[in-house]
Amino acid sequence: MAALTQKRRGFTSAQWRDLRTGLFFISPWLLGFFFWTFYPLFSSLYYSFHRYDLLRPAVWVGLKNYVEIFTNDPTFWQVAYNTIYFVGFGIPLGVIGAFLMATLLNTEIKGRSVFRTIFFFPAIVPAIVTAMVWQYLLNVQYGAINAFLQGAGLPVIPFIANPGLAKPSLILIHMWAQGNAMVIFLATLQDVPRSLYEAATVDGANAWHKFRNITIPMCTPVILFNLVIGFIYGFQNFTLPWLLTGGGPNNATEFYSLFLYRNAFIFFRMGKASALAWILFIVIVLFTILLFRSSRRWVYYGGE
Amino acid sequence: MAIRTSAPTQLGNAVQERAISRQDTLAHWGIQFVKYLVLIFLSVSFILPFFWMVTSAVKNDAQVFTIPPVWIPIPAHWENYWNAWNTYNFNGYLFNTVFLYAIPLTIGVTIASAFVAYGFARVRWPGRDLFFFACVATMMIPYQVTMVPLFITFKNLGWINSYLPLVIPGFFGSPYFIFMLRQFYMTLPQELSDAARIDGASELGIFGRIILPLVKPALIVVALFTFMNAWNEYLQPLIYINQEALYPVSLGINNLRQTMAQIGSQKLAYPYLMSVSTLVTLPIVIAFFFTQRTFIEGISLTGLKG
Repeated sequence: MAALTQKRRGFTSAQWRDLRTGLFFISPWLLGFFFWTFYPLFSSLYYSFHRYDLLRPAVWVGLKNYVEIFTNDPTFWQVAYNTIYFVGFGIPLGVIGAFLMATLLNTEIKGRSVFRTIFFFPAIVPAIVTAMVWQYLLNVQYGAINAFLQGAGLPVIPFIANPGLAKPSLILIHMWAQGNAMVIFLATLQDVPRSLYEAATVDGANAWHKFRNITIPMCTPVILFNLVIGFIYGFQNFTLPWLLTGGGPNNATEFYSLFLYRNAFIFFRMGKASALAWILFIVIVLFTILLFRSSRRWVYYGGE
Repeated sequence: MAIRTSAPTQLGNAVQERAISRQDTLAHWGIQFVKYLVLIFLSVSFILPFFWMVTSAVKNDAQVFTIPPVWIPIPAHWENYWNAWNTYNFNGYLFNTVFLYAIPLTIGVTIASAFVAYGFARVRWPGRDLFFFACVATMMIPYQVTMVPLFITFKNLGWINSYLPLVIPGFFGSPYFIFMLRQFYMTLPQELSDAARIDGASELGIFGRIILPLVKPALIVVALFTFMNAWNEYLQPLIYINQEALYPVSLGINNLRQTMAQIGSQKLAYPYLMSVSTLVTLPIVIAFFFTQRTFIEGISLTGLKG
């Protein structure tokens, strides 16, 4: 009889107890999830179909916000282009740079931990400080970099003052602060079994072969991880461009999150901002799914 | 997977190695030379901006406007540090950042995340993996999606111009740190909990008395990261704090910049900006150097064992 009841309920009393204990422990997160994620997520979907400026009550406008964004807002396409440019070039370059730096640090060198500290350091500096320092460094008249270029007899580069150079400049600064990804790569590289390299040496493989056929495949899961994290944050990149270029010159660095922030908190178009947010959300989800799909072809999960 | 090298092969290898050793040494030194060259070039490019920041902070206006720029200003105006900090309200900004924002947030995030992660790691219950997956998946949701409704909610609660919207959500745990602590908990042997359960300890008792003391290093990482994130955060205070007296240091620096809009519009604009930037970076540097190993382990751990 008892066995039957158990079968119908599916859980034994011990399982019920474990379920209660588990839910008890995760309850803060579960509540937080409803308050700070689930509710606002769908609330913003609701607002995206409304016109709302915080003062007057929200008015249902159907798909008008979305239609306006896609067909009647030239800035949106400029913003989309900027964001794709930054994410498309900046993130892979950042990951490649971090990977190469880690590879270099993983070779036979003296003072590895000193170099690691130096390479990592820019990643922990507050974004506001990074912005202030680079703004001064890149200054056309008084900045150190242009002074150096002039000293070497080269022309002055108007880095962030020029619409064509502003995005590459921001990518450069992004690559400069790749400490987190680098540290993750370094830990992975140190975990690659020595025996693999030894075996390859015996088989007559040179350094390049070993890098190509052992190091890279063994790191592909972490490359994927850093790419996913990089893309998710890349799409949301706000603080540095906001402080360094403010979206300029000529909207050249008006990235998605700047545009969204502007719509929400400067123009108070909460409905349109919500629609923008949902478009971003869907893009990020699709992008991540695509990345994971593609990963089946190039990510190597252990030899076991 | 590993191919065992047999003794004869190793011997043969050694003979071969000796034969080409001279050529090898040369190539070896060549490669080492290039490596150190690259390492030094990279190090310089990482350090130079900060060197520029620190030395620009002690310039006077004449030294700022010298072309080509001076790297080491003589005489150095060390008083800039004191003056920049105290002419503007940086003591107030510092107080706000530390006592209204970073410390409460750190306490909330650390306790809540440690608690929640325990439920995901040390108790086996039906549906756990599904919930854990949901928790990790929320990390993918861009802040921008929840930003507008949260602002509306907090505005209705009358929390604008307070640190409550930045701090209170932390008391419900942070998915990132829940994930990280779970990884730490998983490395502890299950026997620890089992033995305690047999002795009749409650789950809460096991958590508080046995597991928590064992993951102290991880808790320090979480606290450190949370504190630093609060110290560095810009977007959230920008949204919620718009009274100058309530600014955290990050907004304070930008406020100083706006006050001094452009080079030359105000005396000592750039030296002052660089002074406060240096002073705001300093605690981060100190914290980092004292906790470097834990710090880097924390980062690699979250990245590694997915």
